[in-house]
Amino acid sequence: MITREPVYTDEPASMLVSMWRRLMLGLGEIGAAGSLTAQALTGIPALLMSRRGRSEMMRQLYVTGIKSLAVVTVVGMFTGMILGLQVGLELRRFNQEIYIGSAVMVSLLREMGPFMSGLILAACVGSSMAAQIGTMTVNDEIAALEIMSISPVRFLMTPRMAAMVVMTPMLSFYTCVLGVIGGGIVGETQLNVPWDKYITMAMNIARMRDLYVGLLKALVFGIVITGVSCYEGFTTKMGAVGVGKATRRSVITSFLLILILGYIITRLFYDL
Amino acid sequence: MIRFEHVTKQLGGRNVLEDLSFEIVKGEIFAIVGPSGTGKSVTLKHMVRLLTPTSGAIWIDDTEVSALNGSALNNVRGRFGYLFQGGALLGWMTVAENIALPLLENTKMSKDEIAKSVDEALHLVGMGKDGDKLPSEISGGMQKRAGLARAIVRRPEIVLYDEPTSGLDPVTARAIDKLIQNLNGELGITSVVVTHDLQGALLISDRIAMLTGGHFVEVSAPKDFVATGQPDVRHFLDAQFISKKGIEGI
Repeated sequence: MITREPVYTDEPASMLVSMWRRLMLGLGEIGAAGSLTAQALTGIPALLMSRRGRSEMMRQLYVTGIKSLAVVTVVGMFTGMILGLQVGLELRRFNQEIYIGSAVMVSLLREMGPFMSGLILAACVGSSMAAQIGTMTVNDEIAALEIMSISPVRFLMTPRMAAMVVMTPMLSFYTCVLGVIGGGIVGETQLNVPWDKYITMAMNIARMRDLYVGLLKALVFGIVITGVSCYEGFTTKMGAVGVGKATRRSVITSFLLILILGYIITRLFYDL
Repeated sequence: MIRFEHVTKQLGGRNVLEDLSFEIVKGEIFAIVGPSGTGKSVTLKHMVRLLTPTSGAIWIDDTEVSALNGSALNNVRGRFGYLFQGGALLGWMTVAENIALPLLENTKMSKDEIAKSVDEALHLVGMGKDGDKLPSEISGGMQKRAGLARAIVRRPEIVLYDEPTSGLDPVTARAIDKLIQNLNGELGITSVVVTHDLQGALLISDRIAMLTGGHFVEVSAPKDFVATGQPDVRHFLDAQFISKKGIEGI
């Protein structure tokens, strides 16, 4: 059941009480968002079993993946080009620009691929989820679903979660591939690093572990973006203004969590 | 059938409902009227547990709905149809798909059976030819009628109407009122209508309740309602140009 009521109805007696309430409300929100996320994830097998569920998931895969492809292509390519140029300029001071392939590949696989694709999906897809579900909430469509005994989480969130779980790692990998190509173009055209040498150096340094950790990060980012965005949508209040606030909060929270979780996963998988 | 027992609801630091007790009997059309912000929709939402009372209890027959969760709550909600103010149709589905949704999700009916039920519901609300349209392609009045078709397609025992005629022209508003009355007669359902439209309420309801200050100040049959001397009711009636003699047709 989606909660649509304030937890506290009276004014706080003191600043201390107010701070305590804010802390409790914050923890409550984390718990509620986590609970919705868990419900959506555990609902994926049942979604895949039903024809309507699979069809809705395909629709969401299109919205999440195909519609984001143009932005991801441009961002991935230019991320690689910027990385190649910045690293190449420094390496050229030591006549080591041949190594830009290694630097670009490691940066993209470990960090920039999942990070950039996560940011793009949070901005494009997450904000759209929060706005759409938020609008449905303020228009009583979510309440209508509940009264029809249709779980809004199963009906709306699970297909989106399933699509993001599939698409975020794929788009992250796609960003890495395009980034490496972008770095190679800069190497070939501006740093006189031949394409074959660039690719050889890049492939020599690439480890499967880097790829797996990068994909794991992307998967976590996808789950977090969907969880945060749908939670913000379901808890939207106060009409159009509330939808705007929910959208903004979903993007900001997703960005912050992508950064924080990105660091934590890196720290867990790479020793100092 | 629906019973409120000493229900109090606190929202934003004030009691929107205060020690509210009443009972709606099976088969009647019960209208709740009153000024904006007095808790009419809040009362309606408590009946299907979209809101939970701060204190008190709400009963549907022998089941305390205010204490239910999960599948037990879904079972009780299955007895209700709910018409929201704006229709609350899902924008990416056609009218027919919207109406079919509760059947697709909650029953094991075949596609043909669902199509037949949807067709019947559309005809009942006078939208037999509009099933293929998207909600954005039809007027506000038609959206309400489509919402009503969705509310009744599962043949509910109780239908809750939240401002069914607000924002509609008088002709469409009276058509919706007539529709509520017909559905009540043809399907034998219990109806609870929350409205500002006192003329409509007087025309169709068996009893009218006036909600002010968190509780009912008057609950009576339309004829008695217009004749009452209760100051809040009189003020409300005067504002809609309804005298003690009532309006034509009562």
